[in-house]
Amino acid sequence: MAVLVVAEHDNASVKDATNKVVTAAKAMGGDVDVLVAGSNAGAAAAAAAKIDGVRKVLHADGATLAKQMAEPLEALVVPLAANYDAILFPASTTGKNAAPRVAAKLDVMQVSGVIGVEGADTFVRPIYAGNAIITVKDSQPKKVLTVQPTAFKAAGDSGSASVETIPAPAGPFKSAFVGEEMAKSDRPELTAAKRVVSGGRALGSSEEFHKVLDPLADKLGAAVGASRAAVDAGYAPNDYQVGQTGKVVAPELYVAIGISGAIQHLAGMKDSKVIVAINKDEDAPIFQVADYGLVADYKTAVPELMDELTKAGV
Amino acid sequence: MKVLVPVKRVLDYNLKVRVKPDGSGVDLSNLKMSINPFCEIAIEEAVRMKEGGGGHAKDSAKEVVAVSIGPEQAQETLRNALAIGADRGILVKAEGEVEPLAVAKILKGVIDAEKPDLVILGKQAIDDDNNATAQMVAALLDWPQATFASKIVLAGSKATVTREVDGGLQTIDVDLPAIISTDLRLNEPRYASLPNIMKAKKKPIDVKTPADFGVDTAPRLQTVKTAEPGKRQAGIKVKTAAELVGKLKEAGVI
Repeated sequence: MAVLVVAEHDNASVKDATNKVVTAAKAMGGDVDVLVAGSNAGAAAAAAAKIDGVRKVLHADGATLAKQMAEPLEALVVPLAANYDAILFPASTTGKNAAPRVAAKLDVMQVSGVIGVEGADTFVRPIYAGNAIITVKDSQPKKVLTVQPTAFKAAGDSGSASVETIPAPAGPFKSAFVGEEMAKSDRPELTAAKRVVSGGRALGSSEEFHKVLDPLADKLGAAVGASRAAVDAGYAPNDYQVGQTGKVVAPELYVAIGISGAIQHLAGMKDSKVIVAINKDEDAPIFQVADYGLVADYKTAVPELMDELTKAGV
Repeated sequence: MKVLVPVKRVLDYNLKVRVKPDGSGVDLSNLKMSINPFCEIAIEEAVRMKEGGGGHAKDSAKEVVAVSIGPEQAQETLRNALAIGADRGILVKAEGEVEPLAVAKILKGVIDAEKPDLVILGKQAIDDDNNATAQMVAALLDWPQATFASKIVLAGSKATVTREVDGGLQTIDVDLPAIISTDLRLNEPRYASLPNIMKAKKKPIDVKTPADFGVDTAPRLQTVKTAEPGKRQAGIKVKTAAELVGKLKEAGVI
């Protein structure tokens, strides 16, 4: 059995998600190789070679792979599939974009968003935004998976695998990169953040939303999220939305401020390790999932919380 | 330009999901079913291309065709799409769960027959959460894809699409014909007006079967168990911010 893990990387370094997907791959049994597809990505390939338990790193380097777009990734990975029983992508936007393309070309139904590996052919994944968990048996001779990195521990970095260079696809392709606008904020990205501070409709306006949440998020080194109600009301941009139809997050600490806790929202954050809710309505459903609930008006509670955090040396 | 929009009938997003006690699946009996929210956004965008709106010139799309693969009742989902403004519908009748790979194969058949210039799909269905169909159709057709779209600008034989990616936005050009999948930010779907709902009842819906496209819908994956997620216990109420910070320190999260 041989498993290929498609690395999540930014050409300079390998993201932690790759180490986590390697852990999922190891749980399937057999040899684990890592593919680093990028442009001037030698440093990332070298980093991938250090991941514990990796047999070999395949390094494809070329301009067509600079942005790891779906078409060139498909062209690169599909021929490699002949050597592997399973191909694992991280369930990042890059992985989710490319994996089904590879799967369809191989006439394989992919298993999406895997959160548990129970052997070489049995996987656990959430459906209905995590409101139900299914165990799936995949008897296809070749398997394509996207793996939810947050569900696995990262493999260590004390290995020394060999790096094999393979050619990048030449193209041309029918899609072309134009530009990107990455969030300039110093805050972590919402789905990868260890801490998230989220606001709801109770905040009442966009100004108030940012005035209340931004300083707290900065203090905690947290990403900022919002409920659908806050997004629909225009208090927060759409990409802040945590919930079934927004982003699903599972940070170590989730602080919900003025969020009532609609099913929609709970589906997106209930796997957080510790949930704090601040809401003046003591009957708000958010308190049913919160580890620590503070029944208070955010207007007084958040400044107090800021003071207490300062006193505690945060 | 002709735009094709596949739509899926799913459990209404406001409803609570209940796992059957015997672990054999999710109980959908007597529950309200609705159009998948991301599919609704896809229809809205296509209709704006026709009507003019959302940055699109009027008549950018000459015809909008909605397709649904599912049981007889998926007609209702198609009527919903027609009420938003699609011109006609195609129902591919299939019972039971149809996996994205089979859906993609059926859609390839529909696309080969209809020859649209653009196909817009929801990025994922909120029931099975696969996020796969758009990419799979693109692969089967060898078309370019722009997934997770938050903005679409049509320009002749190309579309410039802004995509929601981890950490920000990415803009790409795709040659038409192309596959686009919608993210939440693309638009806010309208509420269909009563006259449009009435009008939708008269719009034509063609009925097909997977066999018409030579597709076997037998699932490749076998669900052996469906379980409730681990339940969270309600925790404790704290009285003050100071107590809260103390608890968070104890829990080791600050």
